[in-house]
Amino acid sequence: MAMINFLILPILVPLITAVILIFLNKSVIAQRWVSGLSAFVTVILSALLVNKVKNDGIQTLNLSNWDAPFGITLVSDMLSALLVLTTSIVAFACIIYSFKGIGEAREKYHFYAALQFLIVGVNGAFTTGDIFNLFVFFEVMLMSSYALILLGGTKIQLRESIKYILVNVISSGLFVIAVGYLYSVVGTLNMAHIAARISEISGISQPGVISIIGIIFLIVFGLKGAIFPLYFWLPGSYYAPPAPVMAIFGALLTKVGVYSIIRTYSLFFYEDGGYVQQVIMILAILTIIAGIIGALAYSDVKKIIIYNIIVAVGVILFGVSTMNESALTGSIFYLIHDMIIKAALFLLVGLMATITGTNNLKQMGGLIKNYPGFSWTFFLAALALSGIPPLSGFVGKVLIVQGGFSSEYFIGAAIVLASSLFVLISIMKIFINGVWGEPKTYANEKTVPYKQLLIAPVILVILSICYGVGADFIYPYMSQAAESLINTNLYIDAVLKE
Amino acid sequence: MEILMIIIAGILFMSATYLMLSRSVVRIILGTTVLSHGVHLLLLTMGGLKRGAPPLIGEEASAYSDPLPQALILTAIVISFGVTALFLVLGYRSYKELGTDNMEKLRGNDGND
Repeated sequence: MAMINFLILPILVPLITAVILIFLNKSVIAQRWVSGLSAFVTVILSALLVNKVKNDGIQTLNLSNWDAPFGITLVSDMLSALLVLTTSIVAFACIIYSFKGIGEAREKYHFYAALQFLIVGVNGAFTTGDIFNLFVFFEVMLMSSYALILLGGTKIQLRESIKYILVNVISSGLFVIAVGYLYSVVGTLNMAHIAARISEISGISQPGVISIIGIIFLIVFGLKGAIFPLYFWLPGSYYAPPAPVMAIFGALLTKVGVYSIIRTYSLFFYEDGGYVQQVIMILAILTIIAGIIGALAYSDVKKIIIYNIIVAVGVILFGVSTMNESALTGSIFYLIHDMIIKAALFLLVGLMATITGTNNLKQMGGLIKNYPGFSWTFFLAALALSGIPPLSGFVGKVLIVQGGFSSEYFIGAAIVLASSLFVLISIMKIFINGVWGEPKTYANEKTVPYKQLLIAPVILVILSICYGVGADFIYPYMSQAAESLINTNLYIDAVLKE
Repeated sequence: MEILMIIIAGILFMSATYLMLSRSVVRIILGTTVLSHGVHLLLLTMGGLKRGAPPLIGEEASAYSDPLPQALILTAIVISFGVTALFLVLGYRSYKELGTDNMEKLRGNDGND
């Protein structure tokens, strides 16, 4: 195979695996092996892709050999390659956790197939260079997420998925409308070509139209990415499915929305005099505050972590909205850190709920006595989440705050700093009430396959520690990713081959 | 012609919003289908409406209509068809399991929330 096709493999491998898995639904053991192996192969392929982008620059693939602005182009710059790699790692960990953590009933009804289709959608959305194709990959991802959120059919799942599907149908409708508007203004769908056309016309006439389209896109991606005030659906919907699904949703789905905001705004909407940028910044700060209020208010372990997703989205978007190199690098650092650590925390909290049989902190306590491995992993994950050096959240936040101060957005940067403290309080609340204190006995704790369930979160936490400690080694990758966001001509020239 | 189509699309959006704000799950699902019709009509209009020219007739054609919006609509219709089918099944199933199709009564509070 020609090496030019390399960037499609992280989409193709899960797709073929998913189709195979549909036919294997009788044998749970075979499904576990196939999906685990395939996820591992996807991780290796995406790591090779990152390496290739590092050495040879931005990779592009014109599907069916239609030249760039006319056909669908897949583009892998450093940002998308890194996100594909992180997605594959998170998916691999969640699949390992699911072996013992999801239950055989769900496994028999195509859980692994739906999960692989979800990876197809997420990796595709990160890789595509065509705005309508982005919509299609969004739908692939959403369809599989509908299947995953419904699988099992408990009452709470049915109730929450009606709302989840309704919200997403509306946002998909808006997405198509926004694409239609954009097409009528610039007459193309290729993202690099759109960017080139917008910079041609924005000097002459109608920057207002572009701003309006920018705001519609912000609503669409904001609904997916859960920014203020569009996050209302998230706490309920993510609460319903079991832990591995929740981890996949929390780590990946909102991040696809955030990625789309970063991609479209750096390419299309940065030239309109900063209007869209200001809107994003204000919303990012409000998102952080709303997330913190939620995280502090609940004493339900899952809800606390879910609201922490919203805080992280705000922090990342604040870094993006300052649009200077240091903060953008920090945002990418933080984005990848957050995907890994949120997946780990959701799996850990799921394990906690499985052991104790409840989500309510007030009925837990003293887990450190009988489950020291779990407790210390959770402690490290909590520190990493709130950004204690040298763990992984630290570098990203430092760069974001530094960028914020250097561009003189003092209030925003101060709120990002303060948010770390509140995140620490919210997560230490789980630690103090659930892990310390008098050990309690729980009805079903003997039957929990505790050691097997601990494997996946431990892998993720170790990765997150390496990510923080090895920041010097990783930094060149991050700055390359930020470079193609700031100097968009790199991206445009790579696609249009000018 | 474009103006007329855009007004029709607006009326469709209006009806869809009205339907989606109601309490019954079935009406909400109907609202989403009406919404997708409005979206598709708008997308068609955005390409520009012309008469009497097929999309592709070689390089020397004096007039041709834009094939791209039509291709996009086809994709969007297939997707919204799939989602509507799933949504209808979900509505039926949740009516059987939860015993109501009233969104007000779907708020929870029955011990598993």
